[in-house]
Formats: sequence, C-alpha cells, structure tokens
Amino acid sequence: MTSIADDHQTDSVLAARADARAQAERTSEYMPYRPASSSPVVPKGVDRDALVWAETVAPGGYTHKVIARGTRLRLDDPTGTACAHVVVFNALETNERLNVADTIKIPWQAYLGAGHPLLSGDGRALATITSDTSGHHDTFCGTSTDESTTAKYGSAAPEGPSPSGRSRFLLAAAKHGLTGRDLPPSVSFFQGVRVEPDGALTFLGSAGAGAHVELVAELPLVVLIVNVPHPLDPADDYLVGPLVVHAWPGEPTLPGDPQFTATPEVNRAYLNSIDYAEARAL
Amino acid sequence: MSTSTSTTPTSTGTATGTTTHTVAGRALVTTVPVGAHYVDGTTLDPNGPLASGPVVLDQTVAPLAPWSARLLAGQTLTIVDVGGNQSADFLVYNAHDTDERYSAPDTLAWQGNAYLREGSVLRSNLGRPLMTVTGNEIDRQDTIGGACSKESNTLRYGFHTEHQHGCRENFLAEAARHGLGARDLVSNINWFMNVPVEPDGALGIVDGMSAPGKRVAIRAEMDVLVIVSNCPQMNNPCNDFNCTPLRMLVTDPLRETGPDNA
Ligand SMILES: [Zn+2]
Repeated sequence: MTSIADDHQTDSVLAARADARAQAERTSEYMPYRPASSSPVVPKGVDRDALVWAETVAPGGYTHKVIARGTRLRLDDPTGTACAHVVVFNALETNERLNVADTIKIPWQAYLGAGHPLLSGDGRALATITSDTSGHHDTFCGTSTDESTTAKYGSAAPEGPSPSGRSRFLLAAAKHGLTGRDLPPSVSFFQGVRVEPDGALTFLGSAGAGAHVELVAELPLVVLIVNVPHPLDPADDYLVGPLVVHAWPGEPTLPGDPQFTATPEVNRAYLNSIDYAEARAL
Repeated sequence: MSTSTSTTPTSTGTATGTTTHTVAGRALVTTVPVGAHYVDGTTLDPNGPLASGPVVLDQTVAPLAPWSARLLAGQTLTIVDVGGNQSADFLVYNAHDTDERYSAPDTLAWQGNAYLREGSVLRSNLGRPLMTVTGNEIDRQDTIGGACSKESNTLRYGFHTEHQHGCRENFLAEAARHGLGARDLVSNINWFMNVPVEPDGALGIVDGMSAPGKRVAIRAEMDVLVIVSNCPQMNNPCNDFNCTPLRMLVTDPLRETGPDNA
C-alpha cells in the first residue's frame, strides 16, 4: 500500500514545519489570488493593478467579501456551467439586505439584465447590474436546500460531492456573524429561468461559455456568492463549473450617469442610497 | 457514501475535472473537488466501547464529515480511531445553556498539564466539569492545536488550499443545526492528534501516536452537546494523510433511554 504520508517527513516539529512550508508554491484551479493583481484570469479591459478581489470559486464552493461603495464586481462563467447565487447586505447595517420581490416588482421587470438594480427592503439600491453578456439569470427559484439537494443528488453533506446552496450561504454568512435567519431569497446568475403563460418555470440553462455580469455597489456591501447547480438544473449529476470573481474600485451610480434617471423608480432608489450615504459621510 | 476517483481535478489547465461517487446507491458524477478518503488497503479496526453498560448509540462518522449528539449526564462517549491517527476535532457545550462551553485554558490550568490523559476533566468557561476522560489508549491527547480551517490553511500551506474543506466548516455546519454560529466556536480538543511543545517552545502537529482501533472514553458530567469534525486535513500529518472513519459509541450504565442523536 502506498500512502501520501510516504511523501511527507513530519516526525518532528521542525520537519513538519519544513514540510508545510514546502507546499506554498503549489497552485489550484480554484483559489483566491493574493494580491488580486496576481490574478491569472484578469478579464479583458480590466486594469490588473486596480483589482481588489480576484478569485476562482470551486464548483460547489462559495466566497464572500465586504466591498466599498462604488466597487465594481464582475462575475465570469468561463465554461457556461457556473451558477452564481448571490445575496448582498448593507455592510453597515446588515438588517438591510437584498429583497428579491422588490428587486423585480419595483423595476416592473422579472428578468435581470444591464441597468437592473438589486434593491433592499428599505427602498434603496444596494447594487446595479452595469453590464451583462448572459441574460440567463433567475429571480424566482432562489438556491437549493439540503432537502432539495438530497432528493435530487442523494446527499447534501457539506464535505461531500453535492453540497446545497443554502448550506454554503450559511457558512459564508457565519463568517460575517450572520445566521440562517439573515438569509433572504437569493438571485442567481448564468442559469436562466423563464415564466410560461401558465406560470410554468422553464429552465433556460446558460448563454454558453464566456458570459459575464458586472455590478456596482451602491452602498458598502457584504457580498455572499455560492456556486452550486441551479435548483431547476435538469442534470442528474452535479456538474456546476468554476466561477471567476474580480472587483475593483469605482463610483456608485451618481447624478449625470444616464442610469441615474433611467426610470423614475430607480432614480428614487439612487436618491435614497445617496441620502443614506451622505448622512453617514461615505 | 463511498468514493472512487475516476478523474482527479488537476492544478493546471482549464478543464474541470470530475469524480464519481456512490451516493444513495447510485453513481453521482460531480465537479466538486471533494477531499480525499482513505486508500484501499488501509487497516480499519472498529473495536468496541471503552466503558461498561449497554450501548445506546453506535454511529460511524464518515471521513471528512461532521457529527453531533446530546449526551445525558452519566453517559460515556467512546471515540474509536478506526483507521489510526485520525484527528477527531471535538467541542462540548452544556446542553441546556450553550453559553457554557468547553474551555481549553480552564481545563489545562486546572490540571496543571498541557496534554489530556485519563483522568483529565474537561472544564467549561465557568470552570465546571463538562466531561471526564475515563479511558485513553494513547500517550497523550491534544487541546492546544485547535481546528483546521480553509482560511488558516492559506496561512499554513498557501492560497491554493483555500477551497479545501476544513474542520471549521464542519463545526459551523453542525453548529448551525443547533442554533449556534461562529461566535460559539472556541479552542477545541483534537482526539488522536499529536502536538508536542518542545523545550524551546516550538510546537506543531507531528506524526501521531495512535493506531487502528485505539480509543478514548469521555463521561458526561452534565447533559452535554458534543460536536465533532472528522478532520479532512490532507496537508499535515494530523490524519496521517489518509482520512478514515471514526466510530462513536455511547454507553449508559444507568438508563435505558438513549441520547438524542442530533
Ligand atoms: Zn481539521
């Protein structure tokens, strides 16, 4: 029997330390890139030196970050098989969080695309989608639970081959002192759903490899991102692909930007976000 | 759940590797980079309880998995290191008031020794006995090495390990099932892990002193909630680079009723 232990000399503290340190040069398909400017997968047109977040999220994995107001957040689906489930919170008062119902009701539009705000339940824009080459997103189905995941794949064990979206959100939330009660319905990017005239939810799948969406943070945000199959994914197997995340500093949506007055509703949402930000001297 | 690897995700290239797992009686193909289980040919000894009385709970914790159970005062938990040198990361709480939880410093200061052995009393943050080590088949047990996490793995081994499953993930996942969260995780015990402190203060995880079938027995001194992570770590010797199952046996010399398995 050959063992991985045979490759390691760990019988003393100094040997174990040397063994651990010798692993540092390894890489993985799925990892955060630090500093972010060292990202090997910087999207075309993005300034490497400006990056504040660069990461490839593993299939079934998750990531999370607190980002400043104005930050540009770009999600890339290199294989056409990622599914980015996203929840955002006002980082200063996490009671304020994504409200999916308001996010579709107030813009009079269920299907996410460029110009669509992600609204909180407090009448403010938390983020805005600034560009979108996919158009295949979902605001109806949320993410998977242990219950639905076990029914579909046979297991939702956190250490196993088919973790659920909610269990991953719980881990991400815990890293910010948040718990299950803090998890609202999420939106998902890169795997679309359409509502048929009779109400049937039809799974669109992705727009293919290489799509991306970009958002801007209208307030300081806690961002939680989970990369698991869409709840309506028809595949019997658990075949979600890697998800690439980059972010860099920028400006929130401000007067003078055509998006600021794109609709009367979104205009008032931005006015509310700015009102909040100015009072806090952000 | 058993695992067989057909393709290992590689560290180069853009293709997403898949592995095939037997889950609920069928083959599940997944892109998730699941951690490694023990290799074929590993010696496994499930042994039996290290305490008297009828067995009221007998469960196997799969490699890499979390586990929890409530024990009534007087019941004894035997943890069997089935495959040898498999770290059982362990937290314990007062079942009726989880603000009272295991305290490594209280435990060590009270006994005046840095290692746990037979007779060690696992003290709470209020200084009270939560459990007592009533049987132990390895030289010493650890409570100074703490749990691994995907975050601390990046410090110890590099950023490439960030996506790997860790004990803190298991603790958080299992704690959430009991309404507990990140604020409830404290310095833990690592049964079967070896963390010497050398004369000059150097300390670290080194090759273990356990073997297949070795056991520790811990008696509940009050009603307790126990949370365990069967450590998934593959970057250091805490699991002998070969993650194996743990067997959890609860014996109760006094009662016919079993613990609430959580
Ligand atoms: Zn561990």
